[in-house]
Amino acid sequence: MGRWLDFESNPWDQEVLQGISLELMYLAIVLAVLFVVGHMLWYRSRGFSEHEETADVQGSVAGIPERIVRHTLPSRIFHWTMGASMLVLLITAFVPLLGLEFAWVTIHWIAGAVLILTIIYHVIHSIVWQDLWSMMSMGAKDFREAMGHFRHLLSSKSPEPEKPGKYPFDHRMYHWGIIVTSLAAIVTGVFMTLRIKTPFWEPDAYYPFVDQAVAGMNEVGEPVITLLPGATTGLVFVIHGIAGVALIIMVAAHIYFAIRPDKRYYLWGMIRGWIDREQYLAHFDPDKWSVVDGSIQESPPGGASADSTVSAPRVDD
Amino acid sequence: MAIIRDMIPAFELFQPTTVEDALALMAEHGEGGWVLAGGLDSYDWFKDRIKRPEAVIDLGGIDELKGIIDGQDGLEIGAMTTLTEIVRHERVRSEYILLADAAEHVATPQIRNQGTLGGNISQDTRCWYYRSGWACYRAGGNTCYAAAPQAMNREHAITGTSRCVAVNPSDTAPALVALDAKMTVRGRRSSNVYDAEDFFIGPATDITRMTVLEPGDLLTQIDIPSEWANAHFYYEKVRDRGSWDFQLVSVAAAFKTSGNTIEDARIAVNGIAPFPVRLDAVERLVIGAAVDEALAVEAGEISIDGSRPLKHNEYKQPMTSNLVRRAVRSVA
Repeated sequence: MGRWLDFESNPWDQEVLQGISLELMYLAIVLAVLFVVGHMLWYRSRGFSEHEETADVQGSVAGIPERIVRHTLPSRIFHWTMGASMLVLLITAFVPLLGLEFAWVTIHWIAGAVLILTIIYHVIHSIVWQDLWSMMSMGAKDFREAMGHFRHLLSSKSPEPEKPGKYPFDHRMYHWGIIVTSLAAIVTGVFMTLRIKTPFWEPDAYYPFVDQAVAGMNEVGEPVITLLPGATTGLVFVIHGIAGVALIIMVAAHIYFAIRPDKRYYLWGMIRGWIDREQYLAHFDPDKWSVVDGSIQESPPGGASADSTVSAPRVDD
Repeated sequence: MAIIRDMIPAFELFQPTTVEDALALMAEHGEGGWVLAGGLDSYDWFKDRIKRPEAVIDLGGIDELKGIIDGQDGLEIGAMTTLTEIVRHERVRSEYILLADAAEHVATPQIRNQGTLGGNISQDTRCWYYRSGWACYRAGGNTCYAAAPQAMNREHAITGTSRCVAVNPSDTAPALVALDAKMTVRGRRSSNVYDAEDFFIGPATDITRMTVLEPGDLLTQIDIPSEWANAHFYYEKVRDRGSWDFQLVSVAAAFKTSGNTIEDARIAVNGIAPFPVRLDAVERLVIGAAVDEALAVEAGEISIDGSRPLKHNEYKQPMTSNLVRRAVRSVA
């Protein structure tokens, strides 16, 4: 443990947990690079197409427009704002540790605040205007589908996997991963930000509101100190650090898959907002992601065929 | 608090006689090495057993780092030149009395005999939480004990903080900033020259260091350009007792004047931030202005714009304000 966690001695020579060690950051960077390079080599060795595959669509396809809206403008603005803030957070967190020094703290907490605001917006937008469940849910059929995909990736003898709905299983898994990791980083980050100077509050290392809630006030009207900053803060720093290094790997993987030629239609969907009919038919199952005149609706997670003429059209992403 | 013992932990002592040898030793020992100049900061650390270097590289035998060279473009001061030499140097006294004044305010005559200019500006902060061995931010930890509401922070910073609120303790640092000194820093593969105000860094940039010096870097020379020779200077240091004490606040100012009008100015304050603070706003105010009481008062007021005191050091705001006011008023 001592290799991955950082301890410092206090004046009584007691070891106090401080955070994660630099080695963990280097490990995350190495793992991210290994994953990207390894995936690239393995993909090539398996003979998978390095180019985007499109369906050969002759003539018109009834009910399917030429352009299919994948992400609405508000969703795209959210995505890129969140992505930019995440990149700024990672750069300001780790680049100074790699030796390029600059005044990073203010940039870091402002980027964190932007991330929190974008996530609040995303949650409200998803609940009120989007089909939140379609991005979050994972049923037994999804897992079976994912296993089929996995088997096909490992063995060329395995049958072609089923096409997914709008959000493939791996996207949903990634989304859940990002939710857990980001929330861990955000909650601990807010606690850490309370200890630094911002225009909004006086810094306080001791979290007096927590102490007040736990132990009340002392005889002179100050919160009783119950949480020694050394130990408690160390845990906050460890969680923040682990979330941070996990995000290095996750963001690297996300960018890698976004710019891979065979997955480029996802990137274009997030830039332009739409994919074309050929991409849609090549990569998605119309029964699971049905499209009617440019309006799009997501089938229930089991992948049951949706009757788009019956279901109320709903714009989601 | 820290347990002070008579004996310092054992270390391997190296006494190189050239800068190249010193740099090679520093590279060899990396973060386990410790560069010793006058030893006045170092031995405190060692005796308190807060710092336990494996190897100490004593620069005392390197002659090329000692002495003051009169150059056409100013003075070239070796980093190992003692403060007493600076105080007594004829040209320093005649053309750059600001530096002599500042050096003379360092501690005691005995300490100035031993202490060096390089050591004085490279010394670590005197925050007692840090120096007592608390695992604070500056020590590699995750807490500033001095910034807490319950902390004793009378001597700490009112501006320039970022998590850490320790102040730079050097008396000569603000004078060097005011004189626009240039610091030569040598590593094994490179040599860089920094403006004095860039030589000192704040915790926002690196919370564990007070200067640009990284392990393996050696401050070799401080150049005082002739541009500010014979300017009108003002230096004042306020401390708790008349001798042998660190500053609470100090001001060093250099003015080029024409009659009562300030044509150019460089003003720096120390003791209020983790680095000597150059007062750009005050300089902009006074340059081109005729000095009167109103100008001095306004200069003092804006010198503390943006500062935010801790629980016990609010007094540093009026103290800074008054010192800057006096510096500007001295031109009249």
